[in-house]
Amino acid sequence: MSWFRKEKQPLEPPKAKRVQTEGLWVKCVNCKQTLWKKDLEANFHCCPKCDYHFRISARERLRMLFDGGQYTEHDAELRSSDPLNFKDTKTYRDRLKKAEKETGLKDALITGEGLLEGRRAMICAMEFNFIGGSMGAVVGEKIVRAIDRCIAQRLPLIIVSCSGGARMMEGAISLMQMAKISAALTRLEEARQPYISILTDPTTGGVTASFAMLGDLNIAEPGALIGFAGPRVIEQTIRQKLPEGFQKAEFLLEHGMLDAIVSRKELKAYLGRILGFLAASDSQGKLSAQGA
Amino acid sequence: MAAQPKPQPSSALHEIERQIAELEKTPESAGCQEEIERLRQQVEALKKGPEATSKSKTHDAWSRVLLARHPQRPYTLDYVQMLFTDFTELHGDRRFGDDAAIACGLARFEGKTVMVVGQQKGRDTKQKVARNFGMPKPEGYRKALRLMQFAAKFNLPIITWVDTPGAYPGIGAEERGQAEAIAYNLKEIPKLATPIVVVIHGEGGSGGALAIAVGDRVIMMQNAIYSVIAPESCSSILWRDWDHKEEAARILKLTAEDLRSFGIVDEIAPEPAEGAHTDPHAAAEMLRPLLARNLQELSLIPKEELLRRRHERLRRLATFVAER
Repeated sequence: MSWFRKEKQPLEPPKAKRVQTEGLWVKCVNCKQTLWKKDLEANFHCCPKCDYHFRISARERLRMLFDGGQYTEHDAELRSSDPLNFKDTKTYRDRLKKAEKETGLKDALITGEGLLEGRRAMICAMEFNFIGGSMGAVVGEKIVRAIDRCIAQRLPLIIVSCSGGARMMEGAISLMQMAKISAALTRLEEARQPYISILTDPTTGGVTASFAMLGDLNIAEPGALIGFAGPRVIEQTIRQKLPEGFQKAEFLLEHGMLDAIVSRKELKAYLGRILGFLAASDSQGKLSAQGA
Repeated sequence: MAAQPKPQPSSALHEIERQIAELEKTPESAGCQEEIERLRQQVEALKKGPEATSKSKTHDAWSRVLLARHPQRPYTLDYVQMLFTDFTELHGDRRFGDDAAIACGLARFEGKTVMVVGQQKGRDTKQKVARNFGMPKPEGYRKALRLMQFAAKFNLPIITWVDTPGAYPGIGAEERGQAEAIAYNLKEIPKLATPIVVVIHGEGGSGGALAIAVGDRVIMMQNAIYSVIAPESCSSILWRDWDHKEEAARILKLTAEDLRSFGIVDEIAPEPAEGAHTDPHAAAEMLRPLLARNLQELSLIPKEELLRRRHERLRRLATFVAER
């Protein structure tokens, strides 16, 4: 005989009471802190604890930079024609389709025109989730068209790079985009319109070796990987470990390749101030008087 | 550098094997591993005998890659010696140093003064290391631009000679801004008001090649290659091994015919039947009339028109579709 008897039905095991937390929390890649996603978003996708800059989409970038997140998109209809009929383990066409599904974009760059701190500007933003932000004929053509518009309408150009480089699946055609864009920037220079290059994590290969390094100002986000050859390739070639901080934005600033490193939170105000400096000089007629 | 005597396959094989052994003994030399791999491929090619590189197979992309990298293929200074007189080499970028992977200088072509700029590979082990296997560093691109600007100032036509595996992936090259150096060339060369003829005669390796390959006319030799990435690297990215390099070479469309069909190359220079290495003098003489004609044609175009067409040529490199 037991001292205690179960007179009542045992308590029901608690039903699935778990609060849905999936997707609400993010772990910081850098400091490993668990972050409330809303906090991260409110903080420009930078870690509130260590200021690590998370990668953001091209759309998000344009929303952050344009006043009220408002802009007019140009040349959204351009897409790759797969000039090489490229097929490795998958066809390039399938890769394009997949990227389009994932990003909602037809290629790795969005061109937007709108107001930045009250001043008209053209901004091209690269989308890393579209085949590594790689540069093929469409990226090349969209940037050149943006440059043409800037020349015709006397607008400043801002390009936000985020790219692994030239797009292998378009072979030498993608290589030639480096020359095509750089030559177009020569014309922008002759028209004396400002071009500000923003280098974000990562900016490597043919993108760095063309328009990303050719800004009147080259500005980077903190901690961004910036280089021509990738760190893995260099390590394999020289068979040594790379020094700490090699090819980071801070390393490039130290080596004279950048004008400044600007935190994402301050970027919009910073760009507004720069455009203000240049617009003042434009209205004095010193910049535009002898345009191309 | 002296022009090559007609090569004997067996002695060539011997020579490469000796070089591999020598390179394996120099661990301090960066970039050696890749070069050893290249040399092994050449051994492979030579062992297969002439049929591997024979005419019937020249349409195979990988055999083009092997021909473009053939150890006896004439290098830039060989062509300079065969086609020009009074070559006077000029050194240094006036910033940091002199890069031996790019040779520049004044010379005469058919009696007229020209500026010559080109990547130079080394023939023997010592030269290979000194020339860094033809892989330029930032000071090389800066030297090239300095002397191209010099040429424009004195109204001299420029002939560039492209033959490089690519830019050098090293710490110093990154520290000194090789991306900026290439980019700056791409922005400044389109401004130079003097005719520029580009000859891609060996390996056109990506950004390192492009930095001196923007011009008014681009001539590509029949067995040269021009690519955004080396087939080996392409294979290792897409298949995660080097075993698919032959397929990578094929899908990258890097032959002279491919490049001409894209409008990147204007003209293909023929080579002796078995490749330029079998008869360097004949190869040079086949190139001579093409060079002369292009320089002559370009000299008649007014400067403004020349620059307009140079921009237009690049602007046209657009392959895309527009759809809603």
